[in-house]
Amino acid sequence: MSQQVLTSTLFFAVVLLTVGITVWASRQTKTATDYYSGGRSFSGFQNGLAIGGDYMSAASFLGISGAIALYGYDGFLYSIGFLVAWLVALLLVAEMLRNAGRYTMADQLAFRMRQRPVRTAASLSTVVVSIFYLLAQMVGAGALVALLLGVDDQMIKNIVIVGVGVLMIFYVTVGGMKGTTWVQIVKAVLLMAGSLLITILVLAKFNFNLSTLLGAAAERSGKGAAFLEPGLQYGVTLTSQIDFVSLALALVLGTAGLPHILIRFYTVPTARDARKSVLWAIGLIGAFYLMTLVLGFGAAALLDTGEGSKVLESGGNLASPLLAEAVGGGEGSTGGAVLLALISAVAFATILAVVAGLTLASSSSVAHDLYKGVFKKDQVVTEKDEVRIARVAALVIGAISIGLAIPAQSLNIAFLVALAFAVAASANLPAIIYNMFWSRFNTRGAVWSIYGGLISAVGLVIFSPVVSGEAGLITSMDFAWFPLKNPGIVSIPLGFLLGYLGTISAREPHSEEFYTELEVRALTGAGAEGASQH
Amino acid sequence: MANPPSGAYRDTSHPIYEELQASAEFQDLRKRYRGFAIPWTIAFLVWYMTYVFMSNWAHDFMSIKLVGNINVALVFGLLQFVTTFGIAYFYAKHSQRHLDPLATELRERFERERKEHGA
Repeated sequence: MSQQVLTSTLFFAVVLLTVGITVWASRQTKTATDYYSGGRSFSGFQNGLAIGGDYMSAASFLGISGAIALYGYDGFLYSIGFLVAWLVALLLVAEMLRNAGRYTMADQLAFRMRQRPVRTAASLSTVVVSIFYLLAQMVGAGALVALLLGVDDQMIKNIVIVGVGVLMIFYVTVGGMKGTTWVQIVKAVLLMAGSLLITILVLAKFNFNLSTLLGAAAERSGKGAAFLEPGLQYGVTLTSQIDFVSLALALVLGTAGLPHILIRFYTVPTARDARKSVLWAIGLIGAFYLMTLVLGFGAAALLDTGEGSKVLESGGNLASPLLAEAVGGGEGSTGGAVLLALISAVAFATILAVVAGLTLASSSSVAHDLYKGVFKKDQVVTEKDEVRIARVAALVIGAISIGLAIPAQSLNIAFLVALAFAVAASANLPAIIYNMFWSRFNTRGAVWSIYGGLISAVGLVIFSPVVSGEAGLITSMDFAWFPLKNPGIVSIPLGFLLGYLGTISAREPHSEEFYTELEVRALTGAGAEGASQH
Repeated sequence: MANPPSGAYRDTSHPIYEELQASAEFQDLRKRYRGFAIPWTIAFLVWYMTYVFMSNWAHDFMSIKLVGNINVALVFGLLQFVTTFGIAYFYAKHSQRHLDPLATELRERFERERKEHGA
């Protein structure tokens, strides 16, 4: 059997499996709570797996191991930020959000503030963050499949992007949160098992001696000891060093503001289960990033990463799949072909699960916050109506993402993901933290911090070297007066500052009064939404 | 509690919340929660940013080889994993021992009183 047939067969199996799960889940989705939060009936462990499945994107699996394969130690810096960030979610956000909200990120603000402005702002930033993240995954899917099938054909990339888009619309509209969660659980298991297998095979080549592996990687990379030290990617100039600080801030503070992660805390019956799910997620994600360290250095040690190599040409994205082929017996061997197909299918499943989570988060917010909370605020909206709108929203957001992803294919995937984190950290996190910890916080503070963080993060990127100038998207013009690629170092403090200034410049007795209820509910779970009964 | 000024707000409320918030148990719960979460958040953020700054500007120190090809930078990075797992574990233990019993007691009191008040 040829490589293409084998790979395509496994891709097809992944699609069939996930479609089957979705159809099964749709039969158990009846109420709005089922649709938005899977009836809040998942266990802490199940949700921990699903969080892992939602979070470990193609950017992590292919991107980090690829960055390590090419830049050595500097690739590892990403994974540390991505992991440490979970402590913010665990200590400050997960449990209180579970108790205070219902379906979306905006719920906990609307708990004590004026519905219309806070729901509009939170919904807008949810959609913006999710679409940046979606674009990254879809562009990645197109590039990955084309590379794996060995065809550099624009038409095939476009077909893959449309296919991924159609699938994610299907998962979300048909399966709701229940279907999406099970797709993510299956993906997390596949990803962990696949990574573990390759990690063990790589380590076995070096007698399970990490030092030998590192030595081989440093030697083959041609960069020597510098390959194992920080600085190859970010240490070049002072600007790139400050850019790295900016990126680090966005990574560590962005996770707890990602809407598709936040809504996962609503899928469990109690705050204790939300805590347990984050603990499981930290264990899984930490173990996974430790494995990407071995995969990345393994690829540097065992594969050709020099000029003209496939690893370099794919920007590192093909390091893991090609490494699987190498440890399976090399190109042309049966073992190599099987492992290459297997890891490619795992990467494909990874992308599918993440895009489903993102589409669900943004469409839920459009239906629950914008449609029910803003447009139809003074009317009764039935659950059935609300869910119908959520499904329509998923369809529209999916279609928009497909439409944007096709022209966005020249954008760097890691950049898009880092931007999503920067927006989440600047626009969402300040409002969430202030709301939970500061009784004085009010509508104006929330609105200022969300719009301020959102506009400054996106605005600074437009005036960064990523968009214009020699190395940008638009090479014919240069309006890049902001020197950094990542806006976090400016936009995150600005989000917090505007939240503070907005709050102290207005008094809102109602918001302060209702903080009592919010705080008691958040810390004790008294009056929190329970699991649905059926 | 005063009525909401207009339909702009969520319109549910319950007088029991004020009573619960004023209770000694709740004050204690808040103190225990914040007393753990806030200092530890500051600690791990400082520890993480120290790592980031040293990766940038303490290159010679980070490059010192400890055992074989394993240098300070790798150990420092792996220590971030260890501290993340450690803080998560301690928070879980702290919650089980010091937060959950109080939260459960307060929640049960809320359920009881809500039934009595018939709300």
